Amino acid sequence: MKEYELVIIGGGPAGLAAAVEARKSGIQDILILERDNELGGILNQCIHNGFGLHTFKEELTGPEYAGRFIQQVKELDIPYKLNTMVLDLAADKTVTAMNREDGLFQLHPKAVILAMGCRERPRGALNIPGYRPAGIFTAGTAQRLVNMEGYMPGRKVVILGSGDIGLIMARRMTLEGAQVQVVAELMPYSGGLKRNIVQCLDDYGIPLKLSHTVVDIEGKERVEGITLARVENGRPVPGTEEHYDCDTLLLSCGLIPENELSRAAGVELNPVTNGPAVNESLETSIPGVFAAGNVLHVHDLVDYVSEEAGAAGRHAAKYIQAGCKDETARTLPVKCENGVRYTVPVAVRPDCADGLVTLRFRVGNVYKNKKVAVYAGDTCIFSRKRPVLAPGEMETVQLKAQLLLDHPEADHITVTLEEA
Amino acid sequence: MYDIVIIGAGVSGCAIARELSRYKADILVVEREEDVCCGTSKANSAIVHAGFDAAHGTLMAKLNVEGSRMMPALAKELDFHYKQNGSLVVCMSEEDRPALNKLYENGVANGVEGLRIVEKDELQKMEPNISDNAVAALYAPTGGIVCPFGLTFAFAENAAKNGAKFQFDTEVLEVAPMDGGWKLHTSKGDIETKVVVNAAGLYSDKFHNQAGGAPMKIIPRRGDYFLLDRTTGGFVKNTIFQLPGKYGKGVLVSPTVHGNTIVGPTAIDIEDKEATATTQAGLDEVREKSGIAVKNLPLRQVITSFAGLRAHEARHEFFIGEVKPGFVDCAAIESPGLSSSPAIGKMVAGIVEGILHLEKDPAFDPTRKGILDPKTLSPEEHAALIKKNPAYGTVICRCETVTEGEILDAIHRVPGARSLDGVKRRTRAGMGRCQAGFCSPRVMEILARELGVDQSEITKAGGKSKLIVGTNKDKV
Amino acid sequence: MEKIDLICIGCPMGCPISVEMENGEVVSVTGNTCPRGDAYARKEVTNPTRIVTSTVRVTGGKLAMASVKTASDIPKGRIFDCVKALKDVEIPAPVTIGQVVLKDAAGTGVDIIATKNVPVA
Repeated sequence: MKEYELVIIGGGPAGLAAAVEARKSGIQDILILERDNELGGILNQCIHNGFGLHTFKEELTGPEYAGRFIQQVKELDIPYKLNTMVLDLAADKTVTAMNREDGLFQLHPKAVILAMGCRERPRGALNIPGYRPAGIFTAGTAQRLVNMEGYMPGRKVVILGSGDIGLIMARRMTLEGAQVQVVAELMPYSGGLKRNIVQCLDDYGIPLKLSHTVVDIEGKERVEGITLARVENGRPVPGTEEHYDCDTLLLSCGLIPENELSRAAGVELNPVTNGPAVNESLETSIPGVFAAGNVLHVHDLVDYVSEEAGAAGRHAAKYIQAGCKDETARTLPVKCENGVRYTVPVAVRPDCADGLVTLRFRVGNVYKNKKVAVYAGDTCIFSRKRPVLAPGEMETVQLKAQLLLDHPEADHITVTLEEA
Repeated sequence: MYDIVIIGAGVSGCAIARELSRYKADILVVEREEDVCCGTSKANSAIVHAGFDAAHGTLMAKLNVEGSRMMPALAKELDFHYKQNGSLVVCMSEEDRPALNKLYENGVANGVEGLRIVEKDELQKMEPNISDNAVAALYAPTGGIVCPFGLTFAFAENAAKNGAKFQFDTEVLEVAPMDGGWKLHTSKGDIETKVVVNAAGLYSDKFHNQAGGAPMKIIPRRGDYFLLDRTTGGFVKNTIFQLPGKYGKGVLVSPTVHGNTIVGPTAIDIEDKEATATTQAGLDEVREKSGIAVKNLPLRQVITSFAGLRAHEARHEFFIGEVKPGFVDCAAIESPGLSSSPAIGKMVAGIVEGILHLEKDPAFDPTRKGILDPKTLSPEEHAALIKKNPAYGTVICRCETVTEGEILDAIHRVPGARSLDGVKRRTRAGMGRCQAGFCSPRVMEILARELGVDQSEITKAGGKSKLIVGTNKDKV
Repeated sequence: MEKIDLICIGCPMGCPISVEMENGEVVSVTGNTCPRGDAYARKEVTNPTRIVTSTVRVTGGKLAMASVKTASDIPKGRIFDCVKALKDVEIPAPVTIGQVVLKDAAGTGVDIIATKNVPVA
């Protein structure tokens, strides 16, 4: 097997963007390993529009957005292997993978970019009591069946979870002839975009029940109905049960970064995001192993995935070209306060940043009239008013690295919300 | 007319079929569901009890100890996942120590090998996650864990290899005596046989009573469980039971043979023999009790919850024997039924042999090879396998790394997988942390192709459990 | 005087907007906190339009389905007509992004185009 300087695990939006930028930064030997039978990842089943406003300044569907990057990968002649599963990543960056043609093989790249994406939280993890019949699907599985295979998984549908995939599937199922009765959301707010609530639910008269969850699933062979109840303080309220006849329950209850390979390699994970803990270069605790996209933290817009992954590609290229970085560089851990749930990166080395440091984060609740503030030590170096912040939206702050270099006394960075 | 018809393809029915397939006889196993191992056998603690618990002098105690002793050799002969991991019954209070000693004595009387009481210090060394309040425990080194599906499939496949037939999707409605045997009215017509074996699990009382046995009533006793992600593997090494006592009756916490952690069960007596639904109260109970004997149980790592029904009878004893001429009961098989199954098979086969005076089949082959798991091969062997059969190079289930080769093997075995659950229980495809989200469309595609049916015909578990109800816009 | 309540989709604020109409004309827009809200509300009450995305069956392709969309916005009230017009549409592989799948869908004057490349099997 030919050896490669850079191996990218995953050929979805993150892997594709990382490959393109790494090649443009001068890395010749790149290999993308993709487990599915085509490049593009989950975008292939996201046939709705609304992708690419930031990247291409136009509204594209998922397959079109993926298509733009696939075309670049092909134009740049970047090799990729499809139907190829990476079985193991070792701490020394040995990648063990297999497919039908090459069998079981190992690669020993100088750098690896983790771009495995995420998976949906299944019913079991939600602790919904009841039977376990056919007709319970995660929204993504239903999306694949309908959009890629042309099969209807149900006729009368209830959706639990108002994340964007759940909202999008409410519209998709409706347009393909199903009757979507209700979307229930455990939280008092939707995790989806306002636009999706209006255009996927309101347009079709589908009710959204906030602070509601499924407390029973009926039907032993196929779903025959479900019971919803109102939720207070995380518990269903007795007496608020409502029964819905349905043959299908779709679940859109959160995404989990897929880090089994990272864990096996010994990559340090952030318990909040379930993704690798990375520095400003998107480099994990293993030098030369980088991460980007939903494997790092779940994004709201694919445009940000592409942007982040492009940066990972450039940093990986730099690592390959320059060899190991100075491990003694001053490192500032990033602390989160007042509703900021996490940040990516978790640490910044001001001397290693190329002019700009990008901090991405999410908040833990809906906040109005706040300002996002960033401190270097005790000094505020950035602040921006935000009329509203919501858990469903990823926030981005870009700082000039010079601001950090100007504060040599600072031993940490803090990202916080303050009264506006 | 068959020589023997066994009602029920659970672990008991399949163990019996396998033991009887040692003889020259026409054997049929009739099963209401679409596959073997669809009732009580599929949803339990997956434990091989050492045999200290069942009251000394009972048939239950005898068969448990015997079954447990047979398990290691059988696991080699029939190639299923079994591990002697040991079990600990943890005593949570000095007040309960007499009960612990009594359990020890019962176990010794039952003939369980290697039993001893371990004190707090040793216990904490053996199991770092044991509760700080634990004072001592009964240690049974012969306690084990087993894949209940694997065990049942092993029995069934070996029985089929030696000539036993299986008929699925066939519900026995009534058994009635006839000249020279028994007539079974089923949902697929009548079946005649010289001997009937009633291994119908929760419904064994129905056939027992129809045959004219002394009235029996099986009570479905529901047990709710949590299964935790494989990342929790090693949380405990032994199977941890809690000694019933001051803190009530607890739940067990055990590793599984595949490296998950299982927690449960509840014991809730219900009416409906089909009610395998978990309830909020049941799951809450497991959650509360799970933290008594162990500490820091990572319940956030739950990947699924399920409930199984034990075929409980008020006397808490197995009913095995010829009730009427040619009608043999294997009834009220509740826990430790799985552990006892090898001994149950032997005992029932002995009874049937005594009735029919069967001749040994010299062609009987006691061995069976399980589905090849490429993960158990060396890299060189693995590579060679893919070269020979590229289907072993295509991963279908990402979470459990199950290849197309394994799924094809599962489908083409006898009896083979015909549904998503059939593939899942044989290969573990869909049993991992994403719970079939990614692989189910692909497994459906493979099943449809191999069974020569349209993908819309594929079910989750037979019957009316179809996964697809139509095509896009068909009702627009 | 007719009053229509909307939720602005311009940003996560989700301002509740009230529009007062008379004889099909917008009289007032209130509740918005920025000009984008005003523009959105005026369009939404007078001429709401949407892009429709769907699928069509592909024959002889590497994939069973190709995703499609309306080449531009269509009136919101015509969404289901567009979907119905696609009901029995089947296209042969290869399919290329941008290829017209159905001309003038349901008389809207808007074509339906492929959004996915599907090579021949």
